[in-house]
Amino acid sequence: MKVVSRASIVAFLLVLALLVWVGSSIYRAGYTTGVGVPREQPIPFSHEHHVSGLGISCEYCHVSVTEASFAGIPPTYTCMTCHSQIWNTSPMLAAVRTSAATGKPLTWIRVHDLPDFTYFNHSIHVNKGVGCETCHGPVDRMPLTWRVNTLFMSWCLECHRAPEKFIRPREEVFTMNWKAAGTEEGKELVKKYGIAVQQLSDCSICHR
Amino acid sequence: MSQRLIHSIVVSGLVLLLSGCHLDMYDQPKNPPLTSNAFSSDSSSARPLPEGVVARGHARTDELLYTGKTQGKFSVFFPFPVTERVLRRGQDRFNTFCSPCHGRLGDGNGMIVQRGFPRPRSFHNDTLRAEPPGYYFDVITNGFGRMYSYAASVKPEDRWAIIAYIRALQLSRRVPVETLSPDERALLIRNNP
Ligand code: HEC
Ligand code: HEC
Ligand code: HEC
Ligand code: HEC
Ligand code: HEC
Ligand code: HEC
Repeated sequence: MKVVSRASIVAFLLVLALLVWVGSSIYRAGYTTGVGVPREQPIPFSHEHHVSGLGISCEYCHVSVTEASFAGIPPTYTCMTCHSQIWNTSPMLAAVRTSAATGKPLTWIRVHDLPDFTYFNHSIHVNKGVGCETCHGPVDRMPLTWRVNTLFMSWCLECHRAPEKFIRPREEVFTMNWKAAGTEEGKELVKKYGIAVQQLSDCSICHR
Repeated sequence: MSQRLIHSIVVSGLVLLLSGCHLDMYDQPKNPPLTSNAFSSDSSSARPLPEGVVARGHARTDELLYTGKTQGKFSVFFPFPVTERVLRRGQDRFNTFCSPCHGRLGDGNGMIVQRGFPRPRSFHNDTLRAEPPGYYFDVITNGFGRMYSYAASVKPEDRWAIIAYIRALQLSRRVPVETLSPDERALLIRNNP
C-alpha cells in the first residue's frame, strides 16, 4: 500500500512538472508571445514600402518618440498629408478616407503591449542611444509589422544589466542595420551619457 | 495520512494553476495613451481640449513666435537669434518633414512628388526668395493649397528653425565665388570637377 501511494505521489509530481514545462514552453513560443508573427491590420500598411521604398523617416509618423513616453501611432491626418493626392482612389485606402471624412480614428491592432503594471518610456531610451532597431528589429523590411522581442522582464533586464553591449551614438538611433564597432565604444557611451547602470535593475524603475 | 497529503498536493496544484490565469493587473481599468474607449463619441481615449480652454503653460501670447506676424503683417524677423544650433535643428526637421516633397535641396522634387504628388514651386525661385520668414511660418502652420498643415507635428520653435534652414539653402545657390575663402573655393572645385 505504502509503495503504491509513494509511487502515485512521485507520478503526480512528475505530471505536475511536465505540465509546468509544457505550459512554460507554450508561454514562450512565438505563437503566444507574437514574436515573428506579422499582425494582420485593417489597412495593409507597409513599413517596408514607406520607409525603405520612399525614405520617410520614423519621426514623420511617430512624432513623439524622442520627447514622450509613447512613440505614438500616426492619426489619419498624417496619412492624408500624402494620400489626399496619391493613391486617393485605391480601395486599399478606403478605410483611411472614411476615417478622414467621419473623424472616427482608425483602429490599429497593437503589435507590442506591455502589461499595465510596468512602466516604459521611449524618450529616455532614444535619448540615451538605444536604437529603434535594438528593440523593434528591422522595421524597414516589414511589409506587415511583427514583434522581434518577447518583452519579457528577462529581456529588459538583459540590457539594463549591461547596456554597453547594445548602446549606440545618439545620432544613429533611427539607423537600420547599424553595426557596433565593439563594446569599448559602448562603455564610453555609457559614461558619456551618464547611464546609472547600478540602479537600472531596481524593481521600482519599471514597477512604480 | 498519505491520502490527506495527496489531497493537499492536488488542491494546491490546482490553486496554483488557477491563480496563474488572473490577468486583471495586466489590463487595468485605466486609459493609457492610444487606447479605445466606448464612452466617447469618437471611441478614442484621448480627448481634445474643449473650445477656448488654455492648458497651464500653453498660453500663446507671443504673436510673432506663434503666428509669424507682427501687427497683422508677415514678419521679416525671426523671434530668436539664428545660431548654428538652430540651423542644425532646422536641417534635421526639414529633412524629416519637408524633404519627402520639397526635396533635400528645396527644389520641389522629393520622392513623393516623383510618385505623383503635385510639384510645389522651388524655394529658389525669385518670388519665394523674396517672401519674408513670416510667410513660410504661415504656410507650415495653416497649410497651402494641396499641402496640409504641419502644425500638429512641428512645434513653433522648430518651424522657425526650418525657415532658417530654408534661408540657408536659398543663400547657398547665389553666393558669388569671389566671396569664398581660398579653402572653400578649393573644396568647391574638388567637389565639382
Ligand atoms: C508613413 C508612416 C510611418 C512611418 C514613416 C513609420 N511608421 Fe511605424 N507605424 C505606422 C503605422 C500606421 C503603424 C500601425 C500599424 C502597424 O502596426 O503596422 C506603425 C506601427 C509601428 C510599430 C508597432 C507598434 C505597435 O503596435 O506596437 C513599430 C515598432 C513601428 N511602427 C516602428 C517604426 C520605425 C522604427 C520606423 C522608422 C524606421 C517607423 N515605424 C516608420 C506608420 C509609420
Ligand atoms: C509622405 C507620404 C506618405 C504618407 C505620410 C503615407 N503614405 Fe502611404 N504611400 C505613399 C506613396 C507614395 C505610396 C505609393 C507608393 C508607390 O507609388 O510605389 C503609398 C502607398 C500606400 C499603400 C498601398 C499599398 C502599398 O504599400 O503599396 C497603402 C495601403 C498606404 N500607403 C497606407 C498608408 C497609411 C495607412 C498611411 C498613414 C499611416 C500612409 N500610407 C501614409 C506615401 C505616403
Ligand atoms: C528599449 C526598447 C525600445 C526602443 C529603443 C524603442 N522602442 Fe518602441 N516600444 C518598446 C516597447 C516595450 C513598446 C510597448 C509599449 C507599451 O506597450 O506600453 C513599444 C511600442 C512602440 C510603438 C507603439 C506605440 C507606443 O508608443 O506604445 C511604436 C510606434 C514604437 N514603439 C516605435 C518606436 C520607434 C520609432 C523607436 C525608435 C525611435 C522605438 N520605438 C524605440 C520598446 C522600444
Ligand atoms: C537595449 C537596451 C535596453 C532595453 C532592451 C531596455 N532598456 Fe530600459 N533603459 C536602457 C537605458 C540605456 C536607459 C537609460 C538609463 C539612464 O539614463 O540611467 C533605460 C532606462 C529605462 C527607464 C527609465 C529609468 C529612469 O531612471 O527613469 C525605464 C522605466 C526603462 N528603461 C524601462 C524598460 C523596460 C520596461 C524595458 C523592457 C520592456 C526596457 N527598459 C528595455 C536600456 C534598455
Ligand atoms: C527593466 C524593467 C524591469 C525591472 C527592473 C523589473 N521588472 Fe518585473 N517586469 C518587467 C516587465 C516588462 C514585466 C512583464 C513581462 C513579463 O511578465 O515578463 C514584468 C513582470 C513582473 C512580474 C509579473 C510576472 C508575471 O508573469 O506575471 C513580477 C512579479 C515582477 N515583474 C517583479 C519584479 C521584481 C520583484 C523586480 C525587482 C527585483 C522587478 N520585477 C524588476 C520589467 C521589469
Ligand atoms: C506631402 C508633400 C509636402 C510636404 C511633406 C510639405 N509640402 Fe510644402 N508644399 C507642397 C505642395 C504640393 C505645395 C504647393 C501647393 C499648391 O500649390 O496647391 C507646397 C507649398 C509650400 C509652400 C508655398 C510655396 C508657394 O508656392 O508659395 C511653402 C513655403 C512650403 N510648401 C513649405 C513647406 C515646409 C516648410 C514643409 C515642411 C514642414 C513642407 N512644405 C512640407 C507639398 C508638401
